[in-house]
Amino acid sequence: MARGPSSPVFLERRSYRRRRMQDAQRLLPVLGLMLWMVPTLWPSGDEAGHVAMSGVIYYIFGVWCVLIGLSAWLWRGLRRSAEDAASDPKHDP
Amino acid sequence: MTASLNLLIGVSLIYVAFLFAVAFAAERAAVRGRSGWLRTPLVYTLSLSIYCTAWTFYGAVGYAARSGMEYVTIYLGPSLVMIGWWWVLRKLVRIGRSQRVTSVADLISARYGKSNTLAIVVTVMAVVGVTPYIALQLQSVTLALSAFAGPPAADGSAGLNMLSSGFWVAAGLAVFTVLFGTRNLNANERHDGVVIAIAVEAVVKLVALIAVGIFVVWGIAGGVRPMMEQIDASALGTWQVDRSRWAALTVLSAAAFLCLPRMFQVLVVENDDERHVQIASWAFPVYLMLMSLFVVPIAVVGLNLLPPGSNPDLFVVSVPLAEGRTGLAVLSFLGGFSSATSMVIVATLALSTMVSNHVVMPIYLSLKPGGASMSGDVRSVILRARRLSILLIIALGYLYYVLSGGSGALAAIGLISFAGVAQFLPAMLGGIFWRGATRVGALSGLCLGFAIWVYASLLPSFGQGAVLPASFFEVGPWGIGWLRPYAFFGIEGIDPTVHAVLWSLLLNTCVFVVGSLLSFPKPLERLQGAQFVNVFDHSGQARGWHASVAASEDLMIMAQRILGAAEAQALFRAAAREQGMIGHLPEPNPAFLERLERELSASVGTATAHAMVSQMVGAASVSVEDLLAVADESAQMLEYSSQLETKSAELSRTAGQLREANDKLTQLSVQKDAFLGQISHELRTPMTSIRAFSEIMRDAEGLSAAEKTKYASIIHVEAIRLTRLLDDLLDLSVLENGQVSLNPATGRLDAVLDHAVITAGASGDGRLRIVRHKTTADTMLTTDMDRLGQVFINLITNAQKYCRAEAPQLEISVRATPDMLRVEFRDNGTPIPDAARALIFEKFARVAEGDGSGAGLGLAICREIMARLGGDISHVPQASGNLFVVQMPRAAALAAQ
Repeated sequence: MARGPSSPVFLERRSYRRRRMQDAQRLLPVLGLMLWMVPTLWPSGDEAGHVAMSGVIYYIFGVWCVLIGLSAWLWRGLRRSAEDAASDPKHDP
Repeated sequence: MTASLNLLIGVSLIYVAFLFAVAFAAERAAVRGRSGWLRTPLVYTLSLSIYCTAWTFYGAVGYAARSGMEYVTIYLGPSLVMIGWWWVLRKLVRIGRSQRVTSVADLISARYGKSNTLAIVVTVMAVVGVTPYIALQLQSVTLALSAFAGPPAADGSAGLNMLSSGFWVAAGLAVFTVLFGTRNLNANERHDGVVIAIAVEAVVKLVALIAVGIFVVWGIAGGVRPMMEQIDASALGTWQVDRSRWAALTVLSAAAFLCLPRMFQVLVVENDDERHVQIASWAFPVYLMLMSLFVVPIAVVGLNLLPPGSNPDLFVVSVPLAEGRTGLAVLSFLGGFSSATSMVIVATLALSTMVSNHVVMPIYLSLKPGGASMSGDVRSVILRARRLSILLIIALGYLYYVLSGGSGALAAIGLISFAGVAQFLPAMLGGIFWRGATRVGALSGLCLGFAIWVYASLLPSFGQGAVLPASFFEVGPWGIGWLRPYAFFGIEGIDPTVHAVLWSLLLNTCVFVVGSLLSFPKPLERLQGAQFVNVFDHSGQARGWHASVAASEDLMIMAQRILGAAEAQALFRAAAREQGMIGHLPEPNPAFLERLERELSASVGTATAHAMVSQMVGAASVSVEDLLAVADESAQMLEYSSQLETKSAELSRTAGQLREANDKLTQLSVQKDAFLGQISHELRTPMTSIRAFSEIMRDAEGLSAAEKTKYASIIHVEAIRLTRLLDDLLDLSVLENGQVSLNPATGRLDAVLDHAVITAGASGDGRLRIVRHKTTADTMLTTDMDRLGQVFINLITNAQKYCRAEAPQLEISVRATPDMLRVEFRDNGTPIPDAARALIFEKFARVAEGDGSGAGLGLAICREIMARLGGDISHVPQASGNLFVVQMPRAAALAAQ
């Protein structure tokens, strides 16, 4: 993200943390996509070393829960810091 | 069974009535302004659940029973989109709000320069694309009913007639949707009642599915662990996946989640607060996860419990029925019914909005040449158009259901729809992220993608040989092998769904990009492109109206027809109040027109609203095109005015010249008067003497002879003087008028001077000493010798007359250059005063009182002669004495000729 020339070079700690949380928020779907594409690497059907269905269910729903949990946690963190830093004019970096 | 079928219909009717009541209450609350609780993040999240249709409710279990875990990809894609809300959704929602977008067609049309062609294309694609989806809902509800009616007996007597029941389901849904969605035309295309009803239905379907799931896991299988063991032991027990399908379907479902008209409606159009999206970003994945959590258990239990060959799409209903849990089965049916109805309502509402805004209204407006103000009640036209489009869309769905035989797997039908609407994705994402995307690119990409989809996905879905001949699939159309619907470019072995999705989206994107790169966008497109892509920099409005000409009354009449009388009046009054005006009609300033257009666009779409306000405001509307036209005109005007300026400069120059000429004429007139005065004076003096002396000679007696001689000679002298004066005047007049005829001859300058000196000397008193420097006096020249001599004589005579020195002396010297001759006459008399110098060459100018014999014309004549001879004569001031310089060319050009 190109920042305007008026943006400060260094941010105070709290704003810095918020920026990194936003980065995390942006990267979360990438993580989700990668994790959910992992099953395509597993041996399928009658191939040797096949994976049991229950394991697949645990894995996929586990990833789902982790993503939801992270997303909710980031949302809460960002909301709180947004409330804290309501005076900060740079909401949208 | 018939009894339970009747019971089911009764329950459904009660349920529908309940939904009506909820919707009605919500709308009442919204009207009273207490809509706060209607627009909470929870309601927003639940309204997104229309993604989970009967396909999810019934189809997912069937899908799992057929293909294992693959069903879950349909929910992974949307989950990723929601979790990644920051990337696309955030922007879409902001654009939707700032541009007052009413549908996906409106979004794409608005982005690409408010192109109505594009809107129509997208609308048609959406209607065709969603048709299988509607058919899916009809099929699933009919299937569920048939499950209650019992399996069709071999003789066909006891079973439910699938076609007729399908028809009644379709009719019921149509009536339901029309009643629900088009009771009034909402001012901002939001449907509070519908949204609340959808939220309620979302809860019902979730509860129903979870209830069945819990019953299956804990009621039948006996807990999680035994359930898992049962799963691992079943036919679905091992991980089986078509890897290409897994990836392709995840992407496809993510794309469809953004592009489906009904999803766009709830995600963007019905969104009330951008922060709701953030909450939904994790809350909706929770919903999706819960919806898919019990799918595999139900499928496995169904497969184990029910006789082989029973339809797995019905397990959700048939498992509780088989276990004798009629109540649970009814709840489950209601869940499926909810899924189907909410999907059909929102999908048809969204599509009917698109159809009426982008297809019906433009046609209607263009057929009414008088414009919206002259036409009938636009509002009722819109409502009628929407109702008809709802009926049309559901009829199309029913048609597909009949044609496809109502037997396909639900998920397969759904995927066809997904692939169809996913064709919007390149134009949509390109539009909001890439300013270089153009209308031509979008249009060509959409059309190609759609064509491939129809050919490779939609038409084959009716079965090989049904619409496309079976030969197409074996050898390709007309034997063109690389065009086989399932093996483009001869690449075989790709799963048909993946094949259609891959090629349609790939070629769609390629054509979109290439088309955009090669074409040049119109100004409005570029403007809109900048507005969309940089929506976070400036969430303002796209265009401005030029003020003035719009008649507020006309606008009022039009607004009343579209928004309804009360709303329109309120809007106008509020605007008038804001402008500080008394009364109902505000000044139609740009701000107001923009606001009005936004309000109207919520009801009839941006392009139509723009067109309507344009009509009202007349030519004064300022689209960028208009601005350009105006700019062209002003350029022309500039040019014209600069031409005018040139002309006016010319005129003023001419006027100046005229003024100068006039001044000259006035001067000349004054000169003429002075001249006449002078000349009469000059003539009178000698005449007076002549008269006086002639009277004396006539009247006086006894005059001596000497006296008579004296008086006669005086008269004679005066007469000579008069003659000379008249001669001079005549001479001058001839010279001045250029009528003089010169006689050029070649001779020696010396001779001319000699002659002049002799002639002048004859008339002088002999006092003047003339000094000649004869160095170059033998120079030859070609000119009028007599005239030149006249000039010299004049100068010498002047020296004789006016040189007041003790020993008057005149030096005459000649200087010659190869083509000029300079003759100098230098005397030692009193220098002519500076003030007089300017006058000496004028007529009747006499510097000093002389002997009175000259009329003051001599030098004037000299000047004229020299001008005629191509030279000049000038007086050069000296410390003592005067210097007259005569210059002339050696070979006179003889100006007079």
